[in-house]
Amino acid sequence: MAQKHHTAHHGKKHEPDKEWEPKIVGFLCNWCSYAGADLCGVSRFQYPTNIRLVRVMCSTRVSPHLVLDVFEAGADGILIGGCHLNDCHYMTGNFHTEKRVELMKRLLKEAGIDEGRLRLEWVSASEGEKFSKVVTEFTEGIQKLGPSKVRSDDMMKAKVSAADDASQTFRLKALVGKEFNLLSKGNAYGEEVDAEKLTGVIDVATQDEFERALILELARIRPMSVKQLGMVMDVPTDKILRHIVLLRQNSKIAMEHPEGFTPVYKTIAIGGEQ
Amino acid sequence: MAATDKVGAVMVVGGGISGLQSALDLADSGFKVYLVEKQPSIGGTMAQLDKTFPTNDCAMCIMAPKLVSTGRHHNISLVTNADIMSVDGQAGDFTVTVKQRALRVDPAKCTGCGSCAQTCPIETSDEYNENTKVRKAIYVRYPQAVPLVYSIDKDKCIGCGICAEECKAKAVVYDQEESTSEIKVGSIILSPGFDEFDARMKGEYGYGVYKNVVTSIEFERMLSATGPYFGTVLRPSDGDIPEKIAFIQCVGSRDEQVGNEYCSGVCCMYSIKEAIIAKEHGGDIKPKVFFMDMRAFGKEFDEYYNRAQNEYGIEFVRSRVASVFEDPETKNLVVKYVEKGEPKEEEFGLVVLAVGLKPPQDAEALSKVMGFDLNTDGFCRTTVFDPVSSSKQGVFVSGAFSSPKDIPMTVAEASGAAAKAATEIASARDSLVTMKEYPEELDITGQEPRIGVFVCHCGINIGGVVNVPSVAEYARTLPNVAYAEENLYTCSQDTQEKIKEMIKEHELNRVVVASCTPRTHEPLFQNTIKEAGLNSYLFEMANIRDQCSWIHMHEAPAATKKAKDLVRMAVAKARLLEPLENLTIDVNQQALVIGGGATGMIAALEMAKQGVKVHLVEKEKELGGNLRKLHYLPSGEDPTEHADALAKEVMSNDNITVHTGTGVKNIDGYVGNFKTALDSGEEIEHGVVILAVGGQEYKPEGEYLYGENPNVLTLLEFKEKLKKDEAKGDSYVFIQCVGSREEGHPNCSRVCCTGTMTAAIKVKEKNPEAKVYVLYRDIRTYGFREAYYKDAAEKGVTFIRFEDDVKPKVEDKGGKLQVTVTDEDTDKEVVLTSDYLVLASGTRPYPESEALAPMLKVPMTKEGFFLEAHMKLRPVDFATEGVYLAGLSHGPKFLDESIGQGLAAVARAMTVLSKKTLEAEGIVASLDETLCDGCGICVPTCEYKALEIIVDKKDETKKLVDVNVGLCKGCGACVGACPSGALTQKGFKDEQIVAMIDAALEGLLGKQEVKQ
Repeated sequence: MAQKHHTAHHGKKHEPDKEWEPKIVGFLCNWCSYAGADLCGVSRFQYPTNIRLVRVMCSTRVSPHLVLDVFEAGADGILIGGCHLNDCHYMTGNFHTEKRVELMKRLLKEAGIDEGRLRLEWVSASEGEKFSKVVTEFTEGIQKLGPSKVRSDDMMKAKVSAADDASQTFRLKALVGKEFNLLSKGNAYGEEVDAEKLTGVIDVATQDEFERALILELARIRPMSVKQLGMVMDVPTDKILRHIVLLRQNSKIAMEHPEGFTPVYKTIAIGGEQ
Repeated sequence: MAATDKVGAVMVVGGGISGLQSALDLADSGFKVYLVEKQPSIGGTMAQLDKTFPTNDCAMCIMAPKLVSTGRHHNISLVTNADIMSVDGQAGDFTVTVKQRALRVDPAKCTGCGSCAQTCPIETSDEYNENTKVRKAIYVRYPQAVPLVYSIDKDKCIGCGICAEECKAKAVVYDQEESTSEIKVGSIILSPGFDEFDARMKGEYGYGVYKNVVTSIEFERMLSATGPYFGTVLRPSDGDIPEKIAFIQCVGSRDEQVGNEYCSGVCCMYSIKEAIIAKEHGGDIKPKVFFMDMRAFGKEFDEYYNRAQNEYGIEFVRSRVASVFEDPETKNLVVKYVEKGEPKEEEFGLVVLAVGLKPPQDAEALSKVMGFDLNTDGFCRTTVFDPVSSSKQGVFVSGAFSSPKDIPMTVAEASGAAAKAATEIASARDSLVTMKEYPEELDITGQEPRIGVFVCHCGINIGGVVNVPSVAEYARTLPNVAYAEENLYTCSQDTQEKIKEMIKEHELNRVVVASCTPRTHEPLFQNTIKEAGLNSYLFEMANIRDQCSWIHMHEAPAATKKAKDLVRMAVAKARLLEPLENLTIDVNQQALVIGGGATGMIAALEMAKQGVKVHLVEKEKELGGNLRKLHYLPSGEDPTEHADALAKEVMSNDNITVHTGTGVKNIDGYVGNFKTALDSGEEIEHGVVILAVGGQEYKPEGEYLYGENPNVLTLLEFKEKLKKDEAKGDSYVFIQCVGSREEGHPNCSRVCCTGTMTAAIKVKEKNPEAKVYVLYRDIRTYGFREAYYKDAAEKGVTFIRFEDDVKPKVEDKGGKLQVTVTDEDTDKEVVLTSDYLVLASGTRPYPESEALAPMLKVPMTKEGFFLEAHMKLRPVDFATEGVYLAGLSHGPKFLDESIGQGLAAVARAMTVLSKKTLEAEGIVASLDETLCDGCGICVPTCEYKALEIIVDKKDETKKLVDVNVGLCKGCGACVGACPSGALTQKGFKDEQIVAMIDAALEGLLGKQEVKQ
């Protein structure tokens, strides 16, 4: 369905690419990278005009869903700047940022957005030149990647929206929120945590939550069967069914009893099914 | 009790339905019980089942009351998440070392609210749902789990710490360590259950490779409303409803290839059940069952099988499936099989493998630790005459651990094992049980109601939705509410203390708790107020969690309003509550056993050994019953010798009075107080009755030349001749199902197939050259009896199957018998000449049963067998208390099964006989004599026979109904029936119910003031 829609757009609306200028948003931490960007100006290092900067107190304030919101709105690239590791004004903020950006990248991958559209850089207050290089390089990279398809492709829009929803689930927030401390300070049993195992756990959780969010996204528009969802999402149908089992359990989706042998499901907003 | 060197406690190993039954029987008859369970919660396999055959009862619905009773029984200690490490000592005085793996949750603090599992970020596959769903790393096995204590799966937990942060009760203890304890017990009962056969070992069926090939237990979860698909059957591959489902029987049973030659005994029935339920869930589904022999051998099982075919249109194909292949495109499955010699293929949407039962994984370890023997198949070894004892003295066994079996047989054995375990330590009865002491009850007569209301947050379960402070605030404004408060957990130990303090401080005389469901928590709070001196019936609950916050999670204001309404209703009822009395009835501690066959003798002996005076009544001159008619047992023992030995033991036991050659003339009375008159003129007073009246072999009428030709004999007649060496010949034909599984007698007689094997093997042993033919419909040698079938076949016995509706023909051809039969496999007519024709004729009840039933007010099946209280979970009880049944008068069964039931009846009877008085229910019917005119309309509505029309003692011209509170269970059926309003139900009076409704409707009924 999304495909069809997409082709229709091509015929009518799509303007030639040459007029396109990348829209880039940058989030900079107050203490290092924002200061670095200021120094860049003081030093008159030039960089392309595309980027719009947003100041935050610490890079760790940039929640995954903020980034995903921006992509959902159609931005072509996002740059996050923070202090170098161990230099954070708030001690360990940027370590958390690092973990969150990993999650964002995982989710972007799920949504089909090139990871190159998101960049995390450590820029200190004294690295004005580095800031200009980073922005220039990043902008050129985005130009090569071309415009984001989120606004023209319904399926991609649904996917980014799903990634946004997934990023806000308690499960992913909890895992990613705890990740740095677990790795640096050990777990509740006082044991050292195996980084690879933890990454594995988060990978699985990210994929699960994304797929579940996408199912809800798609089945919100119209009732869909497991097979339809499998085809549209390119996920094996047995896995889709397993997600639906859980979503029904949590009263997120309801079965509409079929005429024939293929049940369809519709996302529900409130309450449970009978 | 006299001094004894025995320990008055029993350890039950395994907390499935078997362990629950043993534990409850023992704890109710004066013994302390330690119930040890591997899993963090009890319930076993039955807790996983959707429905049960042949009644299609919901498994959890019938099991939950037993789970709850076990969980809160003051004489049962649950030792969960535990393994047996070692056993020292001997029968009567064992010391068992038990290791309890760390739950990592403090059971004393955990309230089971579940907030931890909601937030745990780790998902893993849910074993309870056979991996068709996910659970969290902190979890309970199933929602109704007992004990309702969460535990951490350390293998899956990453130690993120979120559950501990979430737990308001501070119950999570990450560093909790395993603990080892030594427990002293006098007897041990093993009920560890079974494991399912691993279907991967049958590679040809593609389990584990093809997504749409599932096992029967997985399918059970798929059918369940609490399972992954909410009860709609879906294909795991793509979520479609399968149009056609194939059930493949005997996967891992009756299969030399995989090393399991025995029959698992339950799969035929559970597959029929699953096919029926699948069909009920979706009318368009077409189930087809591929089987070898349909083993529907239990009580009314064949009728169930017939209904599956005739009413539900389920197809049955007699064939062992060769292999299953998947269409990679559609994921449909092609089933390849041979029917009547022709190879066939058929495509299905889903394949269900009926996996067999095998011994539990730890069987061998257990046998080594405890020192009992396993049989060659790895199950616990038992004997025919002692079916619930292991080879180690003082160690007993029940359920599937001794042989694959269904739930009713398991429950009967569980009670039977309890009886044996109790006998071992009978001298120590009541030595370790505790009686709770309560303060004297406060007299509240004439007091204005002063109600205390306690509103629970249940962590965030209620508080996260309902505005609990505002509910408590509202409660304070209600009339007669003297005190109200909110609690984080009203059920926690410290809150119980608080409730008691508040009762004293505010002179409360009624208590209302607004929290979860009375079904699980009412007894806890009732106990609390009783400890504070209030009558336990001065309590009412408002269910603001299960029926409010949990179902209106997204509608906080509306949920809060509803919670207030529910509290207002509870307070309205509480205002009218009255103290109720649990009356006690005296118990005559003697027993009456009717029937002196193997079952009756063993039951009498077992009770006598526990010190009970028993009257044993036998209509014949001699004790022994059918045991004297068997002559051979398949296992080799001599039944006649056993009959003599048992009779001698009974006759010489001082506690048993034997009344032979007399029937029962009349029985009067009720539990604890029966009076029986015998035909001989003797009168007996007793507290319980065990019916073991037996059954008889059907004598064919006008069939197969029986009665016309002297060489046409019934199976028992033939065995007698064989024993006397009077049945010599060269050829023998056996015909099965004579008088069974036909018009008028639709059910299977269960024992005839195996009896035939025994006789056929004996014939072959005596004369290996003899030609022996068995003409049959299905061979039903279930369980380990399959070995006799195999033995017979190996000895050269020929088996010919005939169609159900085309019976063989028998003619007398000049001295020789000629039998003509159409062989179903080849469709060809086979003509056999034989010296003897043996008719395996069915089991019928004695006519005496019919005379006894009305005396004891117990029901019967249409075939004339006694009908137990519940086919699944109360196999030897009647709804009428104090009356029990066992053996052939319950239905056809083998000797070991009859003995098991006889022992079971003893355990059930001892729950009454071990007490001097019985406590009746508090919530019972009560009568206003001035209104009753003795019309008797209420009498037939009482399932428990508690009502009787009597002559009014004050006015002999008037009739009255008499309510026997000893028998009344407090359902209220009679109250609803009473036309004059004379009957009412204590605790649920009209005005109490009306007050609640009125409060709900905010005074619309106009009966009461409601303050908003």
